Amino acid sequence: MMEQKSVRKNMNNEQTIPIEIKNLSVTYRAEPALWNIDLNLPEGKLIAIVGPNGAGKSTLIKAVMGLVPITAGKVSIYGKQYSKQRSKVAYVPQRGTVDWDFPTDALDVVEMGLYGKLGWLRRPNSQTREKARECLAKVGLKDYADRQIGQLSGGQQQRVFVARALAQDPQIFLMDEPLNGVDAITEETILSILEDLKKEGKTIVMVHHDLQTVDKYFDWVVLLNRNLISAGPIKEVFTKENLDIAYQEKQRMSIQ
Amino acid sequence: MVIEEILVIFFGIFTDYTLRYVALGSTILGVTSGALGCFTVLRKQSLFGDALSHAALPGIGFAYIFAGTKDSMLLMLGAAVFAWFGGIVTLAITSTTRIKQDAALGITLSVFFGLGVVLLTYLQSIGGPSQGGLDRFLFGQASALIETDVINLGILAAGCFVVLIIFFKELKIATFDSAFGQSMGFPTKYLSALLTSVIVVAVVIGLHTVGVVLMVSMLIAPAAAARQWISSLKNMLILSAIFGGISGVIGSMISSTTEGMSTGPVIVITITAILGISLFFSPKNGYLFQYLRKRKQRQSNLNEISTATGENSN
Repeated sequence: MMEQKSVRKNMNNEQTIPIEIKNLSVTYRAEPALWNIDLNLPEGKLIAIVGPNGAGKSTLIKAVMGLVPITAGKVSIYGKQYSKQRSKVAYVPQRGTVDWDFPTDALDVVEMGLYGKLGWLRRPNSQTREKARECLAKVGLKDYADRQIGQLSGGQQQRVFVARALAQDPQIFLMDEPLNGVDAITEETILSILEDLKKEGKTIVMVHHDLQTVDKYFDWVVLLNRNLISAGPIKEVFTKENLDIAYQEKQRMSIQ
Repeated sequence: MVIEEILVIFFGIFTDYTLRYVALGSTILGVTSGALGCFTVLRKQSLFGDALSHAALPGIGFAYIFAGTKDSMLLMLGAAVFAWFGGIVTLAITSTTRIKQDAALGITLSVFFGLGVVLLTYLQSIGGPSQGGLDRFLFGQASALIETDVINLGILAAGCFVVLIIFFKELKIATFDSAFGQSMGFPTKYLSALLTSVIVVAVVIGLHTVGVVLMVSMLIAPAAAARQWISSLKNMLILSAIFGGISGVIGSMISSTTEGMSTGPVIVITITAILGISLFFSPKNGYLFQYLRKRKQRQSNLNEISTATGENSN
């Protein structure tokens, strides 16, 4: 019994692929949103997910966390299913998905990142508060802790979301367009935080819209248009031919 | 003179047996629906609350037909089952057809309510003394409350608050950012179901005092009023509960002054007055202060313009 356990543990230690996606398909109603995706994402890299609108970029990161029903296929986080690895993953949703008129302040939102560790029934306490304060300081919003979230600028709101993910202290960050429509200071702050995280060996997967900045910011790119067009290091994959395939596919389909 | 009369009515709560239970029942409802209504409003599900309460009506009719008594616990159980059923029907319509949520809510609300009215009028028409008065659940008749009713309502309300306190953190995350909550392992679906369940209980508590038609305003108005003053969810819940409770007391006092007056509409008018005051006078968002700020701004703009033109003319 003991032996078995130690063997299993050993196997786990060898498993270093942060995100392993096998034959993943997702369909909304009858429409396929993702089709037969096979993808292994490497550790310690800044990874962009790129593709036209409706290519399934957000769906892909949601599918990794089981937030959308999977039609076929399998996702593993460090070799195990997501539900067993929640504490290793932090999700940064699109800013527009929440109601910023919600009665709460910046610090409170960041503290929500610690609810997962607290689990059911246990309440936030002075420790979680302190940790949240630290994370808020990391994104340059130390003085905004008591500010109503509705009174923050769009960029500041986005940084609050990033701080909330930092509070989770994960191995993997799944971010849905955190750089979309933010000010220069926010973009700079987020990127420098991500660089630091990368140095610590964290894996960052980000849905990204701006093709101009992909090769500047990222190590790796996943080109997506419902099918996986290509994935790999920027130099090999982020080519004009591949981009044409990814973006033309859409046009052809919309003509049909 | 007027003050004296008001005081007499107020102290009636402590001396008048009937009024005491009326006021207690209404307060229990106001406090419960006030607190729970915050979630309804923040989740933008106000109309869902309306559909739930209207769907409760046929439940009362069926419970009476099957049980043959007017035992209030049985009627409340029937109401709860149908309210829940109405909620499920709404969800089923939106998830299996192309009908959008607002239309689905409209369908549930009117169909269930129609069925309820048909049932109650049918029971009325077949006569007999015992089924009379079922129609009081339309607008509420708190004066019919007796001690055991109030104790039952209190137990139900306590149950709601236990759930609220235990799952406050989970309900908060599911309301603010459900996808994020789910990613951390707090299942949105079950938390929504839990919240719907406690709101059904609040609706059932409201049957006697405000009735099914106006119940939704007890969920919305206190929460909307509290939101004007408050900037954290916890405090919003507390203030909303207080507003709801106050309107319950005042409403039942006023309605007790006139024989046969339904309590529901009076309570609803009271809470609406509180909402109106909040909309006008709250320091941050109130109309009054917004108007004053704008006027001040305009004045300073005008001053700038006049000094500028003054300089030009020189």
